[in-house]
Amino acid sequence: MLTSIAVFAPLVGAVLAGIFRPFLGKQLSIAASILFMGISAAAGVLDFAQALQSGSGLAPLHLAVWISVGDFAPDWTLRQDMLSLVMVAMVSLVSALIHIYSVGYMAHDKTEPRFFAYLSLFTFAMLMLVTANNLLQLFFGWEGVGLVSYLLIGYWYERPSANAAAIKAFIVNRVGDVGFAIGIALTYLVFKTISFDEIFAAVSAHAHDHYRLFGTPLPALEVIGILLFIGAMGKSAQLFLHTWLADAMEGPTPVSALIHAATMVAAGVFMIVRMSPLLNAAPVALEVVTVIGASTAFFAGTVGCVQNDIKRIIAYSTCSQLGYMFIAAGVGAYPVAMFHLINHAFFKALLFLAAGSVIHAMSDEQDIRLMGGLFRKIPFTWLMMLVGALALAGIPPFSGYYSKDAILAAAYASHSAVGMYGWACGVVTAGLTAFYISRLFLLTFHGKSHAPADVQAHVHESPLVMLAPLAVLALGALGTGFMLDRLFVGTGSANFWGVSISAGNVMGSLDSIPAAVAMAPLAAGFGGILVAAVFYIFMPSLPAIFATRFAGVYQFLLNKWYFDELYDAVLVKPTMRLAKFAWHVGDEQMIDGVPNGLATLTSDASSQVVKLQTGSIALYAFIMLIGLLGFLSIFLLVR
Amino acid sequence: MNSLGFPILSLITFLPLVGVVFIATLRGDDEAVARNARWGALWVSLVVLALAVYLWVVFDPAQPGFQFVEAQPWLSGLGVQYRMGVDGISLFLILLSAFITPIAIVSSWSINKRVREFMVAFLLLDTMTIGMFCAMDFVVFYVFFEAVLLPMYLIIGIWGGERRIYAAVKFFLFTLTGSLLMLLALVWMWRNAGTTDIVTLLHTPIPPQAQTWLFLAFLASFGVKAAVWPLHTWLPDAYGEAPLPGTIMLAAVLSKMGSYGFLRFTVPMLPHASAVAAPLMFTLGVVAVIYVSLVALAQTDMKRMIAYSSVAHMGLIVVGIFTFTVQGIEGALLQMLSHGFVITGLFICAGVLLARGETMTLSKLGGLAVRMPVYATLLMLFALASMGMPGTSGFVGEILVIVGAMKVNFWVSLLSATGMVLGAAYMLVLLRAVLFDKTTRPALDGLKDLSAVEFAMLVPLAMMVLWLGIYPSSFTHIFEAPVSAMVQAHFASLNPSSAVQPVSLAMVTK
Repeated sequence: MLTSIAVFAPLVGAVLAGIFRPFLGKQLSIAASILFMGISAAAGVLDFAQALQSGSGLAPLHLAVWISVGDFAPDWTLRQDMLSLVMVAMVSLVSALIHIYSVGYMAHDKTEPRFFAYLSLFTFAMLMLVTANNLLQLFFGWEGVGLVSYLLIGYWYERPSANAAAIKAFIVNRVGDVGFAIGIALTYLVFKTISFDEIFAAVSAHAHDHYRLFGTPLPALEVIGILLFIGAMGKSAQLFLHTWLADAMEGPTPVSALIHAATMVAAGVFMIVRMSPLLNAAPVALEVVTVIGASTAFFAGTVGCVQNDIKRIIAYSTCSQLGYMFIAAGVGAYPVAMFHLINHAFFKALLFLAAGSVIHAMSDEQDIRLMGGLFRKIPFTWLMMLVGALALAGIPPFSGYYSKDAILAAAYASHSAVGMYGWACGVVTAGLTAFYISRLFLLTFHGKSHAPADVQAHVHESPLVMLAPLAVLALGALGTGFMLDRLFVGTGSANFWGVSISAGNVMGSLDSIPAAVAMAPLAAGFGGILVAAVFYIFMPSLPAIFATRFAGVYQFLLNKWYFDELYDAVLVKPTMRLAKFAWHVGDEQMIDGVPNGLATLTSDASSQVVKLQTGSIALYAFIMLIGLLGFLSIFLLVR
Repeated sequence: MNSLGFPILSLITFLPLVGVVFIATLRGDDEAVARNARWGALWVSLVVLALAVYLWVVFDPAQPGFQFVEAQPWLSGLGVQYRMGVDGISLFLILLSAFITPIAIVSSWSINKRVREFMVAFLLLDTMTIGMFCAMDFVVFYVFFEAVLLPMYLIIGIWGGERRIYAAVKFFLFTLTGSLLMLLALVWMWRNAGTTDIVTLLHTPIPPQAQTWLFLAFLASFGVKAAVWPLHTWLPDAYGEAPLPGTIMLAAVLSKMGSYGFLRFTVPMLPHASAVAAPLMFTLGVVAVIYVSLVALAQTDMKRMIAYSSVAHMGLIVVGIFTFTVQGIEGALLQMLSHGFVITGLFICAGVLLARGETMTLSKLGGLAVRMPVYATLLMLFALASMGMPGTSGFVGEILVIVGAMKVNFWVSLLSATGMVLGAAYMLVLLRAVLFDKTTRPALDGLKDLSAVEFAMLVPLAMMVLWLGIYPSSFTHIFEAPVSAMVQAHFASLNPSSAVQPVSLAMVTK
């Protein structure tokens, strides 16, 4: 019951704020959206607390039939196991905080209720995703969050860059979704069902099934695992399908915090964790997950070090942190991935909202090179950003420390080649992470101010309605680490998750790694902070010297490894050329050329129209016919 | 006589014809005639809709065969009868025509040229399409199938746009050529079975050699109607030049005649040829999805972009039908219904702009979201359904076709699924060009949001789109019996010796 309230209250809020806005008026529709989001959060947290007390989740709640065709029969059902309830509590709580924050942030916007309607609709879709009991409902939520993400990235639709970013996000995600959809179809083909419990129960029976592809029989579960992971790569912005996330920062900042940091982008990780019983039987797919995750963590970390837009730095950081979660999932440490997912949701939402507060104070300036010295003017935001930055950098006792350490311990303890690759990338990235977030922090708040005088004069602390959610998130960034450590990944882990996650053996050996190895990420983190301090406090001339000395590397990183340029040249432009070719040459000249050309041949240009209607009709029809028959007969004979 | 005690199918079919007689006899000054013709046509179509809904209510979904069967002797010496009946496959196509017709008639309110004649042509079209879906005799089917051509030709040729003559002639020639081949097939099948009763034809085996030729004849005929690539080039011209109500009927209903023909005749009557040609049909379907989506992406005109999107969706339907799986065929049927509602909604959205004197050139539109929020919301919904957003009608059909195709071939499934990306690409381009960015011209700032009439046309369509997307079981439980019977019969006739039905065609091995 609580779960249904948590899931459907945001939908009610979205409908009230979106469709009934003309009847309710601006204030009332926003209030309705926030009220129902508050109800949802209360129900979600209470639901989780009850489950925590009773020690287990609840049985799935069947709502209605959705599709029922033959034995392909996904239903509308709310799954209420521990994994779902954890996500419901986190999503509804963070979303409620961001709804409140948005009251302050969006106060000057013309179409505010539309914004709140989208936020609530997003929350509904995300909650449908995490409570899905079958792959297709998960896909419903998956596409739903993608849609609202599109709408919110393009929220300021008079900006061409926002529209382009919105379309890019949708299309890149859809590329991943093709993999996901095909994965669902293949799952159904192999298992004759797409309901989670039925799939998981049959995994061992199908563990040795083969699926013929490229002329060779491949293990069916590996193919399914990789197809589903392609979907996850799109949604969680992993390497090769990551290009949309940084552009998505065109959306309002609360959107970046909710969708492109805390919840939606984590859906890929959630899906992999959800499918853990199946993926455990697909070791190669899991190795792919780790390799892609580790590579993304490193890639995004390097790019984050040189970006200048405050939101884009945090966006690349998100990309990188999601990579960490995939490292953990790939070595079978799913609870650790979930631990980092929850911690990350709080500290990354905090970082984004604090960045929003900075942008608000700086009259919409986002370039950190034009900031500086804000420490004295907006001390509360400074404190909030500091908490978020320390959590991200993995400094104890902040939450990021616990989960990042656990991820790297798991990668090391797996003793596999890919695990070691994940560990190495992870440790290096820990240093990079600490560096770029310290760089952001120092350039924004310390040193001399580089802003124009009129902007400087305007700098002001944000209103309470924005600061209060920050404080709550800061408590989360401080507390979720040591509070949830034992429960999520410690001794209570197996009990806590129950059957909702099927963790690998690596969970037992997290504590049995050498001390030097265990200290490595923390050392890297301190190293990163130290370098940043040298670069941006003690010797501010150093960065420029490095940028010129290593101009090639600098440009390579500044241009994000040239992925956008590559895709543009290899995919986007050729597709558009092909499209024009197909239209003008394929349709207009070749296919239509047969009838039109004949019409021309048999008449002067002057009498062509008349001929078309009278004289040449028979010939026209006849030739068309012959062509068709010839085409088909050849096909049928040859095959 | 059927179980209801009155010939409901004939009533639904010929009621519009009564309307034709009434409207044709209207006299008086032009304005009064126009008004009476419009309202008369609308009321007739609404009564037909009510009857069609009644048909749905009394229909027995458990029974796979034809229901409400009527038979009257007609050309009895030749073994031809006037026979009507519906099964779960044709029921919703009748409902679709009955649902779309009133909307199309309302959308013709703005036509002021020869209103009486227009309404006559339109009601004739209504009779022909519904009659065709009810027909249980091949000759009756053929008569209705052909007769559809005439009113449609007139609607394009008289009330169409600038290049209407070219478009009308092209439409006429393409469809007529196909139909003539079907006539040959009809004659052959009549000689083979001694009757043209569809039920008898379904149970009369046809030698495999002959099936190939019959298949080709049907393909030429149904392929043109369904705009299967490369027989589709009449379509953008016809859709682009026809007046709005004509476009709606062409796209929503007439295009279904082709796919209905595949399901009613080609697949069940020619199982061998269908099985042999399945790879060809997959190829044509997948080419339509990819190639035509690309062509759509390159369009610069809103109406033509929507027209091409229609061809791409028909490709998906063809793939679904020729998977010979329950999921694929039911997916194709759902996609047919979905496409009917969605394409109507999209064309009406285009018509809304035309009615305000706006251009269809995409580069000259933009920024309408802020001026016309209700319009923007509805256009967004139809565009999302077109690109297969879960929760809308487009998704259910698409995923079922993908699942059905996966049972047959991985690559067919994958390539059909690429429509998810390409379909999103052109629809998002369209949405951006119409709704977003800054307005390009001051004239766009003055546009009024939807009128009550436009709202009344679009909202029922939007509700159908959501109904099909959220609770498609209302529809699939009626397809279930005839489709599974068809799939079983297909494999039984391919493999008469084996008593056990092959459960899956798939490539999974233990």
